[in-house]
Amino acid sequence: MRKIRSDTISNAVKKLCAEANFNLPVDVLKALRKNVVLEEEKNAKDILKEIIENANIARKERIPLCQDTGIANFFVKLGKNVFIDGKNIYYAINRGVSMGYKGNYLRNSIVSDPIERKNTNNNTPANIYIDIVSGDKIKITFLPKGGGSENACALKMLIPSLGWCDVERFIVDVVSNKGKNACPPLIIGIGIGGDFASVSLLSKKALLRKINSKNKIPFYAEKEMKLLNIINSLNIGPMNLGGKTTALAVFIESRPTHIASFPVAVSIQCHSCKRSTIVI
Amino acid sequence: MKINVNNLVLNTKILRYGQKIFLSGAIYTARDGAHKRIVDMLNNNEKLPINIKNIVIYYCGPTFIKPGIVIGACGPTTSSRMDFFTPRILNEGVKVLIGKGTRTKIVIDSIKKNNAVYLIATGGVGAFISKSVKKVDLIAFADLGPEAIYKFEVENMPLIVAIDSDGNDIFARNN
Repeated sequence: MRKIRSDTISNAVKKLCAEANFNLPVDVLKALRKNVVLEEEKNAKDILKEIIENANIARKERIPLCQDTGIANFFVKLGKNVFIDGKNIYYAINRGVSMGYKGNYLRNSIVSDPIERKNTNNNTPANIYIDIVSGDKIKITFLPKGGGSENACALKMLIPSLGWCDVERFIVDVVSNKGKNACPPLIIGIGIGGDFASVSLLSKKALLRKINSKNKIPFYAEKEMKLLNIINSLNIGPMNLGGKTTALAVFIESRPTHIASFPVAVSIQCHSCKRSTIVI
Repeated sequence: MKINVNNLVLNTKILRYGQKIFLSGAIYTARDGAHKRIVDMLNNNEKLPINIKNIVIYYCGPTFIKPGIVIGACGPTTSSRMDFFTPRILNEGVKVLIGKGTRTKIVIDSIKKNNAVYLIATGGVGAFISKSVKKVDLIAFADLGPEAIYKFEVENMPLIVAIDSDGNDIFARNN
């Protein structure tokens, strides 16, 4: 067993909080730069330029990319040969969030109860999803997710015999009706299969993929391209002011499901796609 | 086009939908929590902490201010969550709304009726927008944290006119 102190995890999480909120990932920046050239509409071009300039200011001056520094999502791959010394991993991550948000002047966006709505004042609790894997390392990926784009997500239980057409219609409906107000250009994570609970997690995990990555299954890789083309022909454009850049990527992830079920989940991510990873 | 808040609140007709403007002057932040509280206070005939007649409201919950800077990230939040409260707020005299995204027909009608105007800022560029803010004061509802009311003195804040005082809507093509 490899011993890792819980403080080491907290400090790593603290770093992730800063890194994700101040640095737009390189693959997202590249895609934005490409689309500035492709866009013909003036508003669309101007907005994409503002987004790129914003990323430069955020990185250089360590000002958050967006005031919505998000609900803290963590996707952890925990090696089975790791022994965590001290506090448990959930405590360690939440402590890191608390330190990271306070230390970097990030916004506390979490309320303790959906009815009472009192701010917890340290942006905890985080959502923590742990997969046990082989090895003796911990890989932590942080995805702070803004509320505006989260509100545009949707889930539907389709009828199995209807097949792909229904999936496509549902996804396009979600983007047209709700995604347009969720700060496009979007990144769209699709989960299909599993059940009510697992499909939404699948769609969220799809958002961790890098722009230009393809699904390993050729059928889904083709559908990802097709959906991206359909969505970019809706003339929603950056900030819903028209243009070709409605989405930067569509990522589909699938898993086995019940004979009676056909769950589909759509996770909408705004252009401020903040993610960072660390391996301990 | 450069626009001053003091001129705009007295004559919103100077703006037409689709125009790109640079706004200077005092604007007040208020998002979900502050809207709810303002409308509750109005319903209970309580005195508001600020006079909202002829003011500009900005749907924004900024990050904390780190030492040495005026304000942290301070972009707009989704306007549609405020739609429920907006007609009441406009009837009380608010003249200019700043946020992002579409509004309902009820809000558009209310903007027209009250000679108001709805402006949009680019969402997700809070660091970029922070450069337009020259001074910040906490005005009310400090207990709401990021949802408190702040007064921002802005200089050349880049905005687009989304709904003008005649009810023309920049988003109409997609609705």
